[in-house]
Amino acid sequence: MSSDRDKIYSAIRAALAPLPERTEKPEWDDAMIVCKPSGKFDSLKAQFADKLISASGRFYDSVDTLTAYLKEEGSTFGYCDPALAHLLEGVESITFDTEFDEARINDYTFGLTKASAGIAESGTIVLKDSVTSARLGALAPWIHIAVIEETDIVASIGEAIQGFGDDPSIIFATGPSKTADVEGILIEGVHGPGIQVALVLSHI
Amino acid sequence: MKTHQQIDRTARDLDPEVHESNFMGAKLKSERRYNTLHRDYDDPDQLRETAGLIKQHTLEHLDTYLEQAEASLQRNGVKVHFAMDDDAVNATVLRIMEENDAHSMVKSKSMVTEEIHMLKYLEKHGKEVIETDLGEFILQLDDDYPSHIVTPIVHKNRRGIAKTFEREKIGEDYNDDPETITRRARQYLRQKYLDADVGLTGGNFVSAESGRIALVTNEGNARFCMAANKIHIAVIGIEKLVPTDRDLGLFLNLIGRSGTGQQLTVYNQFISGPKTASQPHGPEQMHVVFVDNRRTEVLASDCREILRCIRCGACLNVCPIYRQSGGHAYRSVYPGPVGAVLSPLLAGNRFPELADLPKASSLCGACNEVCPVNIPIPDLLLRLRDKAKREGAKEAMKGTPNLGLWATLCSQPTMWKTALSMGHTMNYIPTELIPHPSAKAWQGARKLPEFQGGEFRKWFKNRN
Repeated sequence: MSSDRDKIYSAIRAALAPLPERTEKPEWDDAMIVCKPSGKFDSLKAQFADKLISASGRFYDSVDTLTAYLKEEGSTFGYCDPALAHLLEGVESITFDTEFDEARINDYTFGLTKASAGIAESGTIVLKDSVTSARLGALAPWIHIAVIEETDIVASIGEAIQGFGDDPSIIFATGPSKTADVEGILIEGVHGPGIQVALVLSHI
Repeated sequence: MKTHQQIDRTARDLDPEVHESNFMGAKLKSERRYNTLHRDYDDPDQLRETAGLIKQHTLEHLDTYLEQAEASLQRNGVKVHFAMDDDAVNATVLRIMEENDAHSMVKSKSMVTEEIHMLKYLEKHGKEVIETDLGEFILQLDDDYPSHIVTPIVHKNRRGIAKTFEREKIGEDYNDDPETITRRARQYLRQKYLDADVGLTGGNFVSAESGRIALVTNEGNARFCMAANKIHIAVIGIEKLVPTDRDLGLFLNLIGRSGTGQQLTVYNQFISGPKTASQPHGPEQMHVVFVDNRRTEVLASDCREILRCIRCGACLNVCPIYRQSGGHAYRSVYPGPVGAVLSPLLAGNRFPELADLPKASSLCGACNEVCPVNIPIPDLLLRLRDKAKREGAKEAMKGTPNLGLWATLCSQPTMWKTALSMGHTMNYIPTELIPHPSAKAWQGARKLPEFQGGEFRKWFKNRN
């Protein structure tokens, strides 16, 4: 469609040519877009937890409390990133696949994958393609558990963007999948996880 | 009351329940927007104004930024296409599908595909296309179209939706519980994602520097379109560019807060190319179709500021006209204040048919005040009213009082003086006897205070 390409570029140039002057790009400070904190926090981890919970997410900082929650929810079979399998191995009554089997997509009740970062100002989990072991494993199961190393929590959205690198697919997830399409009533769990969990650990 | 404009008639005839739903939805979203922005920032206007300048700057250097984005995307392994008009976009998407022997598509919400009626086109050519945003999916089942940019089925209620699902056999029985409706859609669409050959999305922003496409959704459907399929096509208007990745941070902070009052929309995706080699899921092939569809005409017009629009819907929610009329009253893809500017402009030679839309405003300025990119919508509405008048668009004349008598009075000082001295008679003429239809309609709906003027000239002459 090179002809449409040429037509569009020449139409743009023709449209802009008569402008007597052009708007300069404004300078702005990184601090301008940072959200005012909702309280005093002694660590980024504490602020992240507070924001995640206010975005209807769940926060855990120990494997034991997380697995206790999974059992309580009856979520005992899921998908787990092979590199994180040691976290769940040997936990009574919890079983998992380390290879995502599309035929079992509706059987996986939880998916546990690694997140590349957390954002404290918004309670956001950052998923990078190069770090996520299987896109569907982080998306299809009802419960998604993102494992974050405590030192990977950054203060702001701007900082998280600075860390993008050349990864072709990065996802900010802030709370569970939701809709208010039907009469404005909030329903969680539309296509993605109905429950979004962050498991923040000092060592993985 | 006698009214002549189409939008007035639609508002008058609107089902009261739909009116209530439109009104309450809009009011709630406006309040949430205000509360979130003012909770999170000392001076939210600074963000809006900066974002507006960045967009204006980008538009005024669009050739440079588009070339940069094109090169970035190609560098990332993306095939870039350009499409001048609706036919070209549709043909390009169809060609990509046919070249890859693809029969089915799952798509996430994209306003530009609404502009070009892509769904109908692909269906006509034997392709299966499924809308996956819950609202858009319901609209597709009902052969209806969105009435709001962000909440497309705000004009529908749960009973209607439940009937649609029952008719289409999505779920076993009639059930109008919103949670059940959502679960049934989840189950039904999941298989569609897995079976489809192509995932199609729009794009909210494109960073020229990296080619990163930022996609904003709450439901996670765009994620699914890009996890279960091997081909990703993004159809994007050329005005969606921003210069750098850093700028994305500003815009994403504004779009969620402005649209629904969320600090961030649940999912912000940044896509710059096909999946990484180690990743088992996701597209191996990615196409971007940059669409003009009269955007360069708008860029050449004196209304180019409207191209800054990031489709958040805040101007709809705050607009006293939209709140009364609902989105379908605007008879086009884009409703509300943004639609009153954009729809007539994008209509091309059908401009006269929509030339009444710029009059569907009281020019109160609320749309400008809430706009995350600070578009001077009231000014643009006035420019379009002027254009309609100059071009003699009939649709724009309807319901407008004939000002001939007024013009004569104003140009004849003697007649003007006489008319003023007769102002008192307004106090005694019953509404039914007002000869001018528009003046009568105006008077019929309002009670004016008693006329008390007419003494100024006497006072001025006799002072000292």
